[in-house]
Amino acid sequence: MADPALAADARRERRFFLSLSLPALFIVGLAAILPILWIIRQSFLTTGGEYSLGNYDKVLSSGLTWSALVTTLELSFGTLAICTLLGTPLALALASARPRVANLLMAFVMLPLWTSILVRTYGWLVLLRRDGLINAALTDSGLTAEPLPLVYNFTGTLIGMVHYMLPLFLLPVYAAMRDIDANLIRAAASMGATLGQTIRTVILPLSAGGIFSGSIIVFIYTLGFFITPAVLGGGKVNPLSTRIERTLSTFQDWGSASVLGILLLVVMALIGVMFLAARRLLTRNGAAHA
Amino acid sequence: MKSLAITIDSVRKTYGTYIALDDVSLDIKAGEFLTLLGPSGSGKTTLLMALAGFVRPDSGKLLLGDQDITRLAPNKRDIGIVFQNYALFPHMNVLANVEYPLVLRKAPRAEVRKRAFEALARVKLEDLSERNIAALSGGQRQRVALARAIVFEPRVMLMDEPLSALDKNLRETMQYEIRRLHDDLGITTIYVTHDQREALIMSDRIVVMNSGRIQQIDTPQRIYNHPSTRFVAEFMGEANIIAPGLVRRIDGVDASPEALMIRAESFHLDAKLAGRDGVALEGTLRAKAFRGENWLLTLVLDGGQEVLVCIPAALASGCAELATGQSMTAFASAAKVHAIPGART
Amino acid sequence: MLEAYPDNRLSRICLWGFSALVMAFLMLPTLVVVPLSFSASDLLEFPPRAYSLRWYDHFFGSATWMAALRTSLILGTLTAMLAVPLGLLACISINRLGGKAAVAIQGILLTPSIVPGILLAIGLFFVLAAQRLVGTLFGVLVGHVVLAIPVVCIVLLPALARFDWNQVQAARSLGANWARAIGGIIVPQLQISLLSAILMAFLTSLDESVISIFVSSGQNSTLPKLMFISLRDQIDPTIAAISTVWTAIVVVVVLIVTSRQKS
Repeated sequence: MADPALAADARRERRFFLSLSLPALFIVGLAAILPILWIIRQSFLTTGGEYSLGNYDKVLSSGLTWSALVTTLELSFGTLAICTLLGTPLALALASARPRVANLLMAFVMLPLWTSILVRTYGWLVLLRRDGLINAALTDSGLTAEPLPLVYNFTGTLIGMVHYMLPLFLLPVYAAMRDIDANLIRAAASMGATLGQTIRTVILPLSAGGIFSGSIIVFIYTLGFFITPAVLGGGKVNPLSTRIERTLSTFQDWGSASVLGILLLVVMALIGVMFLAARRLLTRNGAAHA
Repeated sequence: MKSLAITIDSVRKTYGTYIALDDVSLDIKAGEFLTLLGPSGSGKTTLLMALAGFVRPDSGKLLLGDQDITRLAPNKRDIGIVFQNYALFPHMNVLANVEYPLVLRKAPRAEVRKRAFEALARVKLEDLSERNIAALSGGQRQRVALARAIVFEPRVMLMDEPLSALDKNLRETMQYEIRRLHDDLGITTIYVTHDQREALIMSDRIVVMNSGRIQQIDTPQRIYNHPSTRFVAEFMGEANIIAPGLVRRIDGVDASPEALMIRAESFHLDAKLAGRDGVALEGTLRAKAFRGENWLLTLVLDGGQEVLVCIPAALASGCAELATGQSMTAFASAAKVHAIPGART
Repeated sequence: MLEAYPDNRLSRICLWGFSALVMAFLMLPTLVVVPLSFSASDLLEFPPRAYSLRWYDHFFGSATWMAALRTSLILGTLTAMLAVPLGLLACISINRLGGKAAVAIQGILLTPSIVPGILLAIGLFFVLAAQRLVGTLFGVLVGHVVLAIPVVCIVLLPALARFDWNQVQAARSLGANWARAIGGIIVPQLQISLLSAILMAFLTSLDESVISIFVSSGQNSTLPKLMFISLRDQIDPTIAAISTVWTAIVVVVVLIVTSRQKS
């Protein structure tokens, strides 16, 4: 038989520890959970203040919404694809370097993380403009006759987003590769695997967990990316995020903006589910090493 | 310093379906040095932590003298504790660690200093008072932990495997020193260990625990020589539990109808050393191993039971020539044969 | 890691050549901005033909930019001062409770880092508008604290998991109450992680732009918000000067904190 007084003491201690997180929970509830609930409520409200599905009707029947959705997905998947192509070899190179060299290089790789996104966006504007550094180099060297349209379009936006995401993608991949036991590589080599075979059959499967984490991070950030499309897209690239802002600032249409916001959440949730399913598949095949 | 008795009254602790303490009751006399001995998971540390106030029992009572401390906050119990990894504060130096409990008790500055140095002197560390914890050796940390536990004159002292991190030689020195400190201060001490030798050397009484239950409470000698259960017999050393009927008395009288416990080192190869009322075991030699101070022989009895026989090197002149497979007889004096009622082999 | 293949020099040269290009790509924007800020020309020419400090004069002489700089620094400081204690207490709670309660609390506290900034921004805008708090420092501060709490938790949770809880038990057995055990034992020993958490919380606020764009205005506009507006409208080397100052501030803060941690 449990002693009721002792059980009460145990509950009191639990309540004490619970209470330590209350201030943080309160402020997160107030400034993150409540606003999201507010968006959900707002999406069902007409300008007159009545509940209806009118906003959904209006937003989902608009071609702009669907093109925004497509742009959002193109930007996210495009960023992920390029990050994987650029980041995985870089992670491999860094992981194979001596620790001192690797640490130094990592500091440089992480430099963008310590730089404001606006500073970086500005840097890309300067580099990618019609008369910017890159076009100047291209035309001067005779590679192209005309300056290429590199900014205020999809290309510029993608470059900016890849630049933002690459260090964040790199971190988990690098960590996963660093953790691979060097003896596994030696073992593969001793059994006759070529470098390419070792990379494909040992290194990549063992860093799948890191690539997976990096991909999740890329999606979490890019699906709602706002600054880069807004500046480097020059008004021509409109994913859901800038469409939300436009709806709100130009048309003052809170209801439609909320519906777009919910659409963004739904897309995130769907991709999240997709990832969970993929992870389950991977672990079942014994290939995921998170 | 007035030391107190401790009463543990049917204390029970479960974690889900796992029973960590199964209605444990125990009385510890004031000034006693009592050891909780058992394998890991036996509940000994849980019991100690319940006394300290870090594990809340589901039911039962804990008394310190006449005071019920079952629901008292740990910081109000006035119990000195030496933790397994010492739990010294690495952001304070030696002196600050030892002064800490006195500062918490708002003792005057001068008195804090004086008592801290007295405690450090007791463990012979007064010269290292300004050292950082990181700069101390394992043994020195052990001493600081002791000084910090005694400096505020606690009414009882709890030690959770305090020597497990030290190497063998240092461990033996510290066993002696902890026991001496206990005798000087006369403080009731509960000492947790899984090392049976340590328990035998240090304790007034030993409590052997297994699976959340107390198996036996007794003096070291009785625990070793007269274990009350098979578990205690085997935990305390190389014990053979031999089914009735396999043992014959040298004088021809039938051996006891109960299972017998004979320690490996109680055997002789010479019948004369066992005496007329001793017992004899006949079998074949399966294996032999030289272990420095002794030889360990493995005998197989007729029924197939294995018996370990340990012969001191000084008396084992013939052991080197023994060949496996040869039949032989081991003898033990009656005083070393102990019946364990109810034990099955 | 690849030393098991000493003969594949060509592959390795290719790998490192490619990596060098990627690293150059990563550093390029920052490297362009700094020289540009010292340009004497109105044009965004690179490399600048003549150097001057006129864009710095322009920045430091502008009341609007200075107000924004001040707002951002105040916000960063206040964010760190609020988010770190709140986060620390929450992490202790998560660490001690364990089980489902810990998972739930952690889940709630990490929400702001998963929900897109634009949604937090408009949601917060709605809520603040209803309370007539849009444009106040308080509104942005709340937003920044909420974004900083997950960052603080991510830094402190593993540190607390590594922390030897016996230390707290020892302090308790020696007579310390909870407040003293947290303040006297946990805080000093997590010093290094707490410094990181302060730094990360400060930088989270300093770098935050989306919530600022929606929620701050007028005197309380943050530097990122003002930079965003001027990037959309016109770009002159003033932004380069601001960016350089901005990056310098961050680098100095990071260096101070890391050198503190080392000593």
